[in-house]
Amino acid sequence: MENQNAVIVKNLVKTYAHVEALKEISLNVKKGELFGVIGPDGAGKTSLFRIMSSLLLPDSGEVNVLGIDVTRDYASVRKKMGYMPGRFSLYQDLSIEENINLFASIYDTTLEENYENIRYIYSQIEPFRKRRAGALSGGMKQKLALCCALVHSPEILFLDEPTTGVDAVSRSEFWEILQMLKKRGMTILVSTPYMDEASLCDRVALMQDGRILSVDTPAKITDAYAYSLLAIKTNEKYNMLSSLRMLEHATLVYPFGENIHVVSDKGKLTNEELTKYLNDQGMENWEIVEVAPDIEDCFIALMNQHVAA
Amino acid sequence: MSNSIIEVENLTKRFGTFKAVDSISLEVKQGEIFGFLGANGAGKTTAMKMLSGLLSPTSGKAMVAGFDVFKQQNQIKKSIGYMSQRFSLYDDLTIKENIRFYGGIYGLKRKQWKEKGERLIKRLGLDEVEGKLLKDLPLGWKQKLAFSIAILHDPKIVFLDEPTGGVDPITRRQFWEMIYEAAHDGITVFVTTHYMDEAEYCDRISMMVDGRVEAYDTPEGLKKKYGVKTMNEVFIKVARP
Repeated sequence: MENQNAVIVKNLVKTYAHVEALKEISLNVKKGELFGVIGPDGAGKTSLFRIMSSLLLPDSGEVNVLGIDVTRDYASVRKKMGYMPGRFSLYQDLSIEENINLFASIYDTTLEENYENIRYIYSQIEPFRKRRAGALSGGMKQKLALCCALVHSPEILFLDEPTTGVDAVSRSEFWEILQMLKKRGMTILVSTPYMDEASLCDRVALMQDGRILSVDTPAKITDAYAYSLLAIKTNEKYNMLSSLRMLEHATLVYPFGENIHVVSDKGKLTNEELTKYLNDQGMENWEIVEVAPDIEDCFIALMNQHVAA
Repeated sequence: MSNSIIEVENLTKRFGTFKAVDSISLEVKQGEIFGFLGANGAGKTTAMKMLSGLLSPTSGKAMVAGFDVFKQQNQIKKSIGYMSQRFSLYDDLTIKENIRFYGGIYGLKRKQWKEKGERLIKRLGLDEVEGKLLKDLPLGWKQKLAFSIAILHDPKIVFLDEPTGGVDPITRRQFWEMIYEAAHDGITVFVTTHYMDEAEYCDRISMMVDGRVEAYDTPEGLKKKYGVKTMNEVFIKVARP
């Protein structure tokens, strides 16, 4: 069973001066899995990714990637993995082609040798191969960075926030590429602050404040939602929010997309009770709509539990 | 009845032969939360700079808070607040010093910024940390403080450029409630975001593609027009036809 895991992380701790970036993190990622690490800035995502990709040493704990202890034998693990840092860190004054050739030669290979592996992505930027990296659009830079991370045909990819600050269209294109790489057997770990990207992963770890709140498939995380969730549709969001804040048993009240979500302990607040309350308050032009909790509702509930605990 | 506070007609900005903003027209009403969306490189930042008096347009017409973007840029700057994810407050000043600094820049008198500053600190619950350096505050707190300071001088309009990037989902929503409150108090909010669920929080929206405004309506209206359920789908349909 053990060798089905591409990544094993055990009790990982990392501290900077006064900040505990990682507080005993443990997780496993299976071979061929598309695994998402989801959380806001400061959750510890980048520290975790740097340690897993052998760029940073942990204070304590174990990290094993493809059967290799990363902290001891980093040289051999680096040949088998590709890493894309959160900030664009290619050479701005080299062209697309020159950047890729540089990365290939570092790994003692060539673009030609690996052309098939990156063809799907490279073909999208190939027409501009003479253009300097600094002059590319955000979406093209992202594709170039991915080509550079893939040019030595790694078995596993670590992508640290590849879609942050990228518009919704480029994001969805990027995820299509990841799905394609997954189909070809690649193990992929990707971090993101966008909760809606969770549904595109096989499994996700929800991270906050150096801890993992939950690890599972997106469906199982939402199935495990332990509260009752009601949604209200209204154009008077400000007044509605203020009014709902006074409602007993409404543990959490927050805007969510076009609706307002009202969270309560199971059995504590029924549809009828909510309707009566809002009528008594004299609220007009609203309706209660059926919604199922999504990953973000779960994240909010887990965060709240943690603060309360 | 509806007073428009921003009126834009065929506004264009050219850099050499490149049209960064290509004849856009739109209208924002007073007290409205207006979502200004678009793909990376579509021209949002250039358009925002023109509307906030930081960049002269090439051609077209635009009035912001009653002032002309060609001739009255300084009056515009005084009538607006601005906050972005990248540039907000000074990390090596304390909370109080930041308030004093920005109060001074926006021309508030000592008594005004003191009173307003105290109210602000109380409302955000920052009483115990007001003497702390900004860099010691969590990101979410910084963003909330930055927004409060951006409206300290009671501007008519506040421009928010991706104000919630990277912020956790609870703080992100608290931030939006502050936006609702500001709008409720009559401040017009002009906001950009990459979170499509936040597009739903806006009263009306425009979407820019290649320098042009390609969609312009309420979130409800746009979803209906494109026959989809979420703003994310609208965005993808508009930006990738």
